[in-house]
Amino acid sequence: MSIVATRDASLVEGWGGPKQTRKQRRLRRFVLPIYSALVILYLLTPIFIIVLYGFNQTSPKKVAFRWGGFTLRWYRKAFVLSGLTAAFKNSLMIAAISTIIATILGTLVALALFRYRYRGKGATEGILFANIAAPEIVLGASLLSLFVLFGVPRGIRTIIIAHVMFNIAYVAVTVRARMAGFDRAIEEAAQDLGANPLQTFIRVTLPLIFPGILAGALLAFALSIDDFIITNFVSGAVETFPIWVYGAV
Amino acid sequence: MGETDVRLDQVTKRFGDVLAVDDLTLQIDQGEFFSLLGPSGCGKTTTLRMIGGFEDPTAGVIHLGGKDVTNLPPYRRNVNTVFQSYALFPHLDVFENVAFGLRRHHVDRQEIKRRVGESLTLVDMPGLERRKPGQLSGGQQQRVALARALVNEPKLLLLDEPLGALDLKLRKQMQLELKRIQKDVGITFLYVTHDQEEAMTMSNRLAVMRHGKIEQIATPEEVYEHPATEFVAGFLGASNLLEGEVKSRHAGVADVVVEGGSTVTVPDASLNGSESRVKIGVRPEKIRLEEDEGEPPSGWNSVRGVLQIATFVGVSHQYTVDGPAGTTLTVYAQNLGSGANVAPGDRVRLLWRPEHTFVVRPSEPLAEWEEEQ
Repeated sequence: MSIVATRDASLVEGWGGPKQTRKQRRLRRFVLPIYSALVILYLLTPIFIIVLYGFNQTSPKKVAFRWGGFTLRWYRKAFVLSGLTAAFKNSLMIAAISTIIATILGTLVALALFRYRYRGKGATEGILFANIAAPEIVLGASLLSLFVLFGVPRGIRTIIIAHVMFNIAYVAVTVRARMAGFDRAIEEAAQDLGANPLQTFIRVTLPLIFPGILAGALLAFALSIDDFIITNFVSGAVETFPIWVYGAV
Repeated sequence: MGETDVRLDQVTKRFGDVLAVDDLTLQIDQGEFFSLLGPSGCGKTTTLRMIGGFEDPTAGVIHLGGKDVTNLPPYRRNVNTVFQSYALFPHLDVFENVAFGLRRHHVDRQEIKRRVGESLTLVDMPGLERRKPGQLSGGQQQRVALARALVNEPKLLLLDEPLGALDLKLRKQMQLELKRIQKDVGITFLYVTHDQEEAMTMSNRLAVMRHGKIEQIATPEEVYEHPATEFVAGFLGASNLLEGEVKSRHAGVADVVVEGGSTVTVPDASLNGSESRVKIGVRPEKIRLEEDEGEPPSGWNSVRGVLQIATFVGVSHQYTVDGPAGTTLTVYAQNLGSGANVAPGDRVRLLWRPEHTFVVRPSEPLAEWEEEQ
């Protein structure tokens, strides 16, 4: 701010000052939107290309990354490949179930970490961080050996368990971030006005942290749909969408 | 007044090793404006929170309106609180904030509308029902917090430093408003503050607290004119204290020889028990300062000193005097256009009426952590 102000002042003193300031202002008005547009373009290009290929006229025999004209053919045949459809359904179901479970558990973890001081609080925080930071290959391998050790048959259930496991941390961290600056007196005020603990949670706490919960749930859903490495370790014979795609290419 | 509204019997609260409230017994009458006054860490807020139900006493019993509420949660007590941070619900508008308590008690919709309107009028905030708390100024939030509590017509309203976040001018204005509202609604107010002037202005009675104990409970006048302890004398206004020894007691008065050898007369009633070493005090504005010539007038207490500093503050002159035995005494003289004709370095004497003398129990000096707020 101060740098800009000084420069403006010196320009006003010199010849043609106001004109230059206006030029600067115009420059500022254009640079930021252009920069933003470039960033958005950069982020959206891969997605756009994929969507574009959905309309690409190519031979079904070989995968060709070349534009062959517009068609809706692939959309007509979207559910023709039974393996793909099944894998997609699996992924949606796993994502939905694991998101619901992980969101509930993760939110409870966040509330506990925010509200209470207890033995093992530091350890809980450490584990959440480790869960996010650890390479997926480590998580996947260790989960697989765990399931094998206890003789748990690999399938949809083990995939859900695995997805809940890594999603709890993401939900907890997101909800906790939302709770930063949350005034505990607000909950006390609700109780003071006659709300029991459940009403306090539903009427006051939940609406206030809901944006965090929603963000955590969306993140969890996306991570679940997307996950390949961990899923590949614990899926047994079940195919999810990423695994099918990997096998098809 | 008459009927007792709040009664605390030997209430103690410990947080781990810290004794926050120490064996506190207190009664507040129906319709009273009662203040808990003390430095930070004196236990006043903890006391308030125990009455509100946010902390469980370690020992002791709390009665509200004759009913033992010691183990009741906040939502089962007929008490409402105005929090220091206001604690308005940020996701609800002003109307819904105020209506929150009524909705929890299943009051019907027409009634809610009427009572919310009334209570917003009471706090002088009509017409902003659809605003969110974030769109209000600090003073407006304060009023909404007050309306939200009062709309429930509680038996007792707890106020935890409610004006602490407001600037001085607004605070003065809100002090008068609060007093007016309390008169209008007739609800018992229990007010927690560390601001002695605020407590004095607003309260019917006040309790001065320190280290989790009550030092004195009385009317503001009584606390100011006859502080019970050295701490109270220092916390509420300025005071001059002198150590002395009781020489004789007769006919409702006692003679005390103070440091430096002067004998002063104090009301016997202010002496408790048979102590002989005492601390006596007098407020600066009760003292007359004059040149030390001839005999002091009879019927007045008198000590000698040397004038150090004379300051003119418009409404008054303030004098700092080196008193007997290394004490420093302060005198406020109202500016009546005929101030004492003295200059720094002059020998002076300080005169005051015996009935303006008080005797205090000695206290430890105020620690630094108690002063910050």
